[in-house]
Amino acid sequence: MARCGSARCDRVIDTALALLAWLVALLVVGMVGWIVADLLRQGLPRLSWAFLVELPGDAGRSGGIRPILISTLLILGVCLAGSVPIGLATAVFLAEFQRGHRGFGPLVRYSLDTLAGVPSIVFGLFGNAFFSITLGLGFSILSGGLTLACMVLPLLIRSMETALRAVPAEHRLATAALGLPQHVSLLHIVLPAAAPGLAVGLVLGIGRALAETAALLFTSGYVDRLPDSLLDSGRALSVHIFDLAMNVPGGASQASATALVLVALVLLINAFTGWAARRWLGSLHSTTF
Amino acid sequence: MTDPQICLEACDLSVRYGGRLAVSGVGLRARRGRILAIVGPSGCGKSTVLACFNRLHDLNPACELRGSIRLDGQEILRPGLDVLALRRRVGLIAQRPNSLPLSIGRNLTFPLRHHGMGRRVDRQDAARRALQRVGLWEEVKDRLGRPASELSGGQQQRLCLARALVLEPEVLLLDEPCSALDPLASAVVEELVASLRGNVTILIVTHNLAQARRLADDVAVFWNRDGVGYLEEQGSADAVFAAPCSLITAAYLAGARG
Amino acid sequence: MLKPSSSFHRHADRPLLWTLRLLSALAALIVALILLFVLREAWPALGQLGPTRFLRDPGWHPASGDGEAGYGLLPMLAGTLLSSGGAVLLAAPLGLGSALFATSYGPPRLRGPHRQLLQLLGGIPSVVVGFWGLVVLTPLIRQWHPPGQSLLAGILCLTVMILPTTALLSEQALREVPAASLQAAAALGLSRRATLEGVVLPVARGGLLSAVVLASGRALGETMAVLMVAGNVIQVPASLFDPVRTLTANIALELGYALDLHRAVLFVGGLVLMGVVAVVMALAAGLRSSPGHG
Repeated sequence: MARCGSARCDRVIDTALALLAWLVALLVVGMVGWIVADLLRQGLPRLSWAFLVELPGDAGRSGGIRPILISTLLILGVCLAGSVPIGLATAVFLAEFQRGHRGFGPLVRYSLDTLAGVPSIVFGLFGNAFFSITLGLGFSILSGGLTLACMVLPLLIRSMETALRAVPAEHRLATAALGLPQHVSLLHIVLPAAAPGLAVGLVLGIGRALAETAALLFTSGYVDRLPDSLLDSGRALSVHIFDLAMNVPGGASQASATALVLVALVLLINAFTGWAARRWLGSLHSTTF
Repeated sequence: MTDPQICLEACDLSVRYGGRLAVSGVGLRARRGRILAIVGPSGCGKSTVLACFNRLHDLNPACELRGSIRLDGQEILRPGLDVLALRRRVGLIAQRPNSLPLSIGRNLTFPLRHHGMGRRVDRQDAARRALQRVGLWEEVKDRLGRPASELSGGQQQRLCLARALVLEPEVLLLDEPCSALDPLASAVVEELVASLRGNVTILIVTHNLAQARRLADDVAVFWNRDGVGYLEEQGSADAVFAAPCSLITAAYLAGARG
Repeated sequence: MLKPSSSFHRHADRPLLWTLRLLSALAALIVALILLFVLREAWPALGQLGPTRFLRDPGWHPASGDGEAGYGLLPMLAGTLLSSGGAVLLAAPLGLGSALFATSYGPPRLRGPHRQLLQLLGGIPSVVVGFWGLVVLTPLIRQWHPPGQSLLAGILCLTVMILPTTALLSEQALREVPAASLQAAAALGLSRRATLEGVVLPVARGGLLSAVVLASGRALGETMAVLMVAGNVIQVPASLFDPVRTLTANIALELGYALDLHRAVLFVGGLVLMGVVAVVMALAAGLRSSPGHG
């Protein structure tokens, strides 16, 4: 900061900072508005029920995105099936059993922090080398989903650990003082109490997985047919947008419509999970005895 | 041979937190079915010692214990002891009511179920009796399915007492059970504790000397020297309050009185 | 009265702990597995070509015959560093401005919506930002200075991608300033600027710097938002309007058809990228562990 003490100088800097702050605020509004408006303008006319349930034609220029939606959901399913059990277990381990600063816990945490910093294209490289080639899964929904599972794991674990740590220590003390074993307190008290926070972690993971493109290009592939099994290649929504925009001349409006679907899906899952978590928490209290 | 009158006995008990001595050389005896009040200024390790009697300090890896504690002549600090069974025999009521995030009813039936009381009807019956015992039944019988957190502080503390009693403990540890309550609720809880005399051995930590005088059969006075807590004096309540042996005790009781 | 508890209840804690430990170990192993596999795939190139050729080779002709093949990664490395550097130069002050808006300069009732908008922006997938850049931004730049697909477009798209990160983390850093210090400053009648300089910045400096460093880590690793708008010509750009290709874009463009040594060199590119990001992340960790210094 420049050294100048006069009140006048104070006022100038204050005004400049205020200007910067307001400028950024307007910029953010403008940017979001611009992106969303362009997507809506180009994509909304194409968007219809038929768009969602029809097969794509002419390399995606016409028709709909049914196989792409199904592939996306399958990839997401594989990703969650792979990441949630490991993620929840690790979060419970770190939050409930590793409160000190020594031992195995810090090693796990350090390793996860490193994993969080790995660029998504490197996950693509790894998924291609490990799942597709070494494990022989080829370009498939399974390869793509498992690659995404590795990628969302640090995010999932960090947010779930935060949720578990937010549960008051008194609950754990109370159950311990009643002579109840730790797994009972975990399953019946701590996990239900942390449920909304755990759900938030899940949503963050889903959002990250849905948005990902680079890690999928060389693991789940480009094929836009309806997949027969998890070992088939399947094209995710994000890959579809990329392909239409880059490789298919005249695909821009279809890409806009697909982008709208993708963004809407992310928002919808957000809303639904919040609602489900509230209901779950409500049912916890309402059972008598 | 151990004195059959003594239910719980600590010998030369020392506690360290992360290597730092917190409590040193405590020898404490609690008579069966009597109320032992543990008094003393803040920071002299009363609550720390209390939590050792049901091995709750196990939850804090930084906490280290030396010495011995015997329940009915059986050492409870030995490794390999069934801690869960011990905690069922020795209940604990915390300073702030710590009802679980469950319904009022499930706060009581939940521990029963997981201690293997198989039949639902039995559990409900035991829960009802425990609630009646703490005088809460009439207040909550129509809303057993509501969250326990909706109860007032005093009601919650009685719920916690009922939750401890439903397991039929032999010893009950109370860590300043009234300090977070208003005077009225506090009086109700105090009456309840008095009503348990004879059935349950009670150790109660309290700051409130008047309460100790009203409740206690025996009194233990803790003090601290250079940040390390120790037992200054113990004896029957009449003796300690009327004619304390140590100058510190006399000054503490007098100072608190004045 | 109470029956003794079943043996399952008593003895289930230990197997539970071991299960949790095992799964945690699995989670911790993934990063090692990634390093191992990327190294293994890159090994043929590292062994046959030696590490210096990636820096010294003048061109990138990985699929040519033995005589003329070139494996110079330098232009791509330059593309990555320039585009990320530019984006960070833009996003850092903007992030600070946003944080100031959200903590002191903005009207309180606009602060919530402002944060929600930022989160919305952060939730927009990078492929969508890249697509928007491709169909909206690059034509605009083309009108100004052809060809449009350029380093500048890449920088702008990356800025959109990392602005939520710098903004939200900077805000968090400013919020770490204790309210009591702010009250004390107000009680002394300090101006807003003096409060910022004397009270807020000393406390928040570490957090602000680590926000910038973390955001640059994201920018370096970003693929889609640059791949779609930066033109992907392999060259060290002479101006903002020249097209560039980043390390990430190079992998995304070529892995699909790369064979043998070519494929191995792409994995070397991945290693270089991981190295650059690791250095940046280590910086961030260093900054976080010493808050208030800088």
